[in-house]
Amino acid sequence: MLGDGILKGLAETAKNFAGSFVSKERMTTVEYPEERLPLPEAARNFPFLVYDGDDWEKGLRCVACQICEKECPPKCIYIEKSKDKKPDYVGKPQIYPAKFDIDISVCMSCQICVEVCPFEAIKMNTEFELATDDRFDGLLLDRKQLARSNEYYHQIHPTEASEVDARLAEEKAKVEAKAKAAAEAAAAKAVTAPATGAPAVPDAAKPAAQAEPKPAPTTKAAEVAKASAMATAPAAPKPVPGTGTDGPAPMTTEDRKNAETPAKTNEGEPKA
Amino acid sequence: MSSSGMKTEKLPGWNRPPVIDTDGEGELLEVAMGPHHPSTHGVFRMDVVLDGERVIRLKPVFGYLHRNHEQLGQSQSYLASMPYTDRLDYFCSLTNNWAYALAVEKLVGQEVPERAEYLRVILAELTRVQNHASTIGFLLQEMGASGTPLMYAFREREKILDLFESLTGSRMMCNYMRFGGCRVDASPAWLEATRKVVAGLPAFVDEFERFLMTNEILMARCQGIGILRPDLAVNAGISGPMLRGSGVNYDIRKIDHYGIYDRFKFRVPLGDHGDIYDRYMVRMLEMRESISILNQALKELPGGPVMDPKAKIRNFRPKPGEAYGRIEAPKGELGFYLISDGSPNPYRYRVRPPSLINLTVLEDMCLGSNVADVVLIFGSVDIVLGEVDR
Repeated sequence: MLGDGILKGLAETAKNFAGSFVSKERMTTVEYPEERLPLPEAARNFPFLVYDGDDWEKGLRCVACQICEKECPPKCIYIEKSKDKKPDYVGKPQIYPAKFDIDISVCMSCQICVEVCPFEAIKMNTEFELATDDRFDGLLLDRKQLARSNEYYHQIHPTEASEVDARLAEEKAKVEAKAKAAAEAAAAKAVTAPATGAPAVPDAAKPAAQAEPKPAPTTKAAEVAKASAMATAPAAPKPVPGTGTDGPAPMTTEDRKNAETPAKTNEGEPKA
Repeated sequence: MSSSGMKTEKLPGWNRPPVIDTDGEGELLEVAMGPHHPSTHGVFRMDVVLDGERVIRLKPVFGYLHRNHEQLGQSQSYLASMPYTDRLDYFCSLTNNWAYALAVEKLVGQEVPERAEYLRVILAELTRVQNHASTIGFLLQEMGASGTPLMYAFREREKILDLFESLTGSRMMCNYMRFGGCRVDASPAWLEATRKVVAGLPAFVDEFERFLMTNEILMARCQGIGILRPDLAVNAGISGPMLRGSGVNYDIRKIDHYGIYDRFKFRVPLGDHGDIYDRYMVRMLEMRESISILNQALKELPGGPVMDPKAKIRNFRPKPGEAYGRIEAPKGELGFYLISDGSPNPYRYRVRPPSLINLTVLEDMCLGSNVADVVLIFGSVDIVLGEVDR
């Protein structure tokens, strides 16, 4: 029958229109600014930098390894390395980004920076209302604007964040265990040497927790552990400086060299 | 072409001889449809030459959305091209991901875990359903049914996009597949939600069919219009629903058995007239087949990893060689051709876009029809300008 289709269509429209007043299923839209749909946990928009603790500058996990800068498809990340170092979450001195800019007008939210980051330092934010009338500075975010606390990360991606935390804790425990083993090895060594072996153990057993001011003991211990693991022969480690004294040893030039090498290998490591 | 003794007229700039002669009355009118014509799905121009209402020549002009996709692919790493493939056919980013991942996996001989293969099939078929639903919606929109059918299609599409968002993090720019698997695993909650959405899809297709299949306006506007002969379709390299609408049985899922498509039972719907209505019906029936594949895949989905643990994400340097990976994307054969010279960047990165190649027969389908039908014929080709222009 001619006109049949139109009538059927209009009847369906009327049914849906009337139905939308009674059935939630038929209401397929929300009135956006007043009403918002909850974002799924996996939602992503633009990257942010995670920091631990209260101070964003001190706690930034980023070590300026520049992998994300290299891998970013539209090249929207700009990083400048620092000249000095600060301890990271295990207490190892690392360089940090003196400058870390992301141009979110270029960023295409592909998440590749997050995937390639070996330090869990960059994650995806879910904020999407970022409209601004400043086309240049308003969309070029520096590291202060990018920094978000770990708590915030937990808030927006709870499962993912707990997984990351577990992984980091495991890594930290591994480093600590290594340091402890190294300290014990050093102590055992020191026993063979005359008199003082004891102070070395407590000195190195509390490494990462108080490592902040003087990172020398842990790195030293880790270094020793590596060396002894490699050589197992008594030849390798020289007596640990400061085993005879109570306080931690002052930084020697050799210490400084040691402190520098792990950071360097670390930086090179993911490239290998 | 015509052997009647009427005068033929050569227009400068048209390399094709006129198919229909003017009868000498009045003048030819050249009209540029687009690039901002609302029916052109983006920025696309058709320079049509009209004799009254009849189209006697048509020249597609594209390139307004050119973004240097292939050159970009050659100047960056293999992984970095993956998010760019989302932007080819932005309606079906997951099938684009799959085609590119397939090409690279062929290039390096990478295996994909079972579960990832199943997830890929599930996502590709969901993509097909939402693409066909919105294509039909747009077709009706162009027929003058402004808004309502399109919004019904988008209502369904939105449910599927919500699934994409909760799995991959983005509604349209999914960037989900990797060489050797998928980026993240699907949670049981996601699978449950997917089952729920898939269970609701047949009702939607039924509803669409109930209203559209015998709708007199749709039949009057679509049947016998824009006929594409099977021999021309084959010669022009047409693929996808357009080719099958002309009655050629060619579905890469059946021919290549890429992924794990040989494990699923599904039929390939074929048209027999090659007109707009057949193309529309083929899409409708393909949605039903996709739903059946989805049900099978969701039932059989095994456990296990979704990413080959040996697969490398960074520092990806395939050995010198070449590979062509192709899949049956919702719009046709989507292929990626890669040549590696051993460096981290592909030496050649070529996309075979179904939209562009299906568009090449536009003139042959439009000749002799009315201007109003051009819009419909163009809509039935189902193109996305992001893929045409690249």
